[in-house]
Amino acid sequence: MSLFVDAGLKPALARAMVFPPATSVPNAPPTPADALVELRDVSVGYGDRLVLENVNLSVPRGKVLALIGTSGGGKTTVLRLLGRQLRPVNGQVLFDGQDLAPLNLDQLYAVRRRMGLLFQFGALFTDLSVFENVAFPLREHTRLPEAMIRDLVLMKLNAVGLRGSSALMPSEVSGGMARRVALARAIALDPDVVLYDEPFAGLDPISLGIAARLIRDLNDALGLTSIVVSHDLHETFGIADQVAMIANGRIVAQGTPAELRASTDPLVMQFVGAHPDGPVHFHQPAVPVAQDFGLAIVEKEAA
Amino acid sequence: MQASRFDVWVGMFVLIGGAALLFLALKAGNLLSLNFDQTFQVTAKFDNIGGLKAGAAVKSAGVVIGRVESINFDDKSFQAKVLLKLQTNTAFPKDSSAKILTAGLLGEQYIGLEAGADEKNLVAGDVIHRTQSAIVLENLIGQFLFNRAADAGAPAEAEAKP
Amino acid sequence: MMLVARLGQAVRLSLTDLGSAARLFVSLMGRLPRSLMRFGLVRDQVYYLGNRSLSIIGVSGLFVGFVLCLQGYYTLQRYGSAEAVGLLVALSLVRELGPVVTALLFAGRAGTSLTAEIGLMKAGEQLAAMEMMAVDPLTRVLAPRFWGGLIAMPLLAAVFSAVGIIGGWVVAVPLIGIDAGSFWSQMQGGVDVWADVGNGVVKSFVFGITVTFVALFQGYTCKPTPEGVSQATTRTVVVSSLAVLGLDFMLTALMFSI
Repeated sequence: MSLFVDAGLKPALARAMVFPPATSVPNAPPTPADALVELRDVSVGYGDRLVLENVNLSVPRGKVLALIGTSGGGKTTVLRLLGRQLRPVNGQVLFDGQDLAPLNLDQLYAVRRRMGLLFQFGALFTDLSVFENVAFPLREHTRLPEAMIRDLVLMKLNAVGLRGSSALMPSEVSGGMARRVALARAIALDPDVVLYDEPFAGLDPISLGIAARLIRDLNDALGLTSIVVSHDLHETFGIADQVAMIANGRIVAQGTPAELRASTDPLVMQFVGAHPDGPVHFHQPAVPVAQDFGLAIVEKEAA
Repeated sequence: MQASRFDVWVGMFVLIGGAALLFLALKAGNLLSLNFDQTFQVTAKFDNIGGLKAGAAVKSAGVVIGRVESINFDDKSFQAKVLLKLQTNTAFPKDSSAKILTAGLLGEQYIGLEAGADEKNLVAGDVIHRTQSAIVLENLIGQFLFNRAADAGAPAEAEAKP
Repeated sequence: MMLVARLGQAVRLSLTDLGSAARLFVSLMGRLPRSLMRFGLVRDQVYYLGNRSLSIIGVSGLFVGFVLCLQGYYTLQRYGSAEAVGLLVALSLVRELGPVVTALLFAGRAGTSLTAEIGLMKAGEQLAAMEMMAVDPLTRVLAPRFWGGLIAMPLLAAVFSAVGIIGGWVVAVPLIGIDAGSFWSQMQGGVDVWADVGNGVVKSFVFGITVTFVALFQGYTCKPTPEGVSQATTRTVVVSSLAVLGLDFMLTALMFSI
């Protein structure tokens, strides 16, 4: 456990050096005191197709929220909304009580500096070494001296177990290691919330275990709030405090992992139990079998 | 800004590019022949300047001693008024003559200056009075035809007067 | 009927493309001063775009100079003006071939590498990651590359012309036997620094802006898939080549009337 604790300077001290104080938008209805991120009646989509419809979600501070659901159901869309990479058609996306929609670019960047986003395959900068990748946010947003940047970077890499690989290039590390480097980069500025987009996809069992442990321990050690989008129920349920399931553009279930496991909702049961057929059909819509194969329908005679 | 191992190479690249530009300007172009000597201005009036352009050379004995500064039309005498800039280290007598000549057979036109015999020299603001206009091809041909006609007419007259 | 509909759609797509290109250009211009302060990035790009293109530009320039001299001599000696071949080579290179051929080669070599690099960064979500880290990709990635191209192109065009003239000299004086003195003096008598060399420099600046911007735009707006990147690189070469040739005509016409 102690391996993962020394992950950086005291977060408050680092934040004071780096960020201006956040300003709230006047006239915003009060957020529940413990929700860092909130979606209120959010609908988002392209044209007529709504990916999310009237979604209400609040992410409590300091907790790990898991977002699960069918592919294309809208989980990654939630992450994009939080970073304002997408804008909602309806509703509000609030970060620390602040609506993201009216922010100008500078204010938006100030908000984004308080977030870390871990992309599905890491999205490391391929022309920079591991060290330079983690140092990137520090170099861009702070004027810390070189020696201090070096120390910070090595501390972050140490937290994810890659301090010895700092000189390697992204092409020279494995997928799991690349994701760990991306995690180190995401926490380089000691953000308030870290968003994980499919952090367990395509990892071997050891790396899976490492990734899950890192998410949980960093969350607790740094006082972060984490949102994990994942398909891997076993690992995710093991580390999450809250789980929300998104299907067909809505939240169909929300609660602790134990509550979801015990749910009687057919869709949740199919998902949690990994049943091939249920509310999500096995067969895609098609013409009747007989029509495709040119068979005549044979009536079974009662025996 | 961090020092990079590219610094030297980029510096060399910029140097090579600059050297190439310099080469083009000096060796291939006429930068060195631009003279920044002192000049003084005189005027000359011509009936016809032909194809003379501003910036054309003013030569004497084939050596460039000045440039044509500008060409204007004088609507009092209906002549072309040409402003010449001559180098101060050349001194021409006041009665020098200016002719419009052609370099080569069909080349650019320039002004040829021939020295006169006056004791006093040209100073700034003087006017060159003895000028010869450019040769216009049509006038030349017309004159030639007229001469031919005149020559043909004279023996015919001589024959007609027994 | 379908043909007309398709034509209309093609025109509308081109107009949309042109509009988004114009918008990107304006945004990029706005970020140029700030990006110049990160001179290290610009310097690195001048290396990648300029230094790395030196060999192809130099060798091409040399061969173009050789050929110009040979072809020019072949025609000029019919009129007894073989000594003017230096003037011919110099004027052709400095006014026309230097900027244009360099721009075409630059589009092929540096333009495609720019497009591919940015397209792959987009496909690998690196640009999105940068945005989420509150770093503007236009300032950090595109603007330094724009400066790099803008600085490198005129220098490369000058190198091309200079090497070409030297190549012309090599063929004319030692090989053909034209008098070296007349070779240079005819050239110096006929090439004006401001009118000819200056025009060429102006042209190469304009071409540098064009080629670099087309490459950046294609990379920035390509589809983030392998096919998308390959289409974008092809389009870079085609569009920038056509743009260079079209602009060349307009600039030449403009310069003749000035």
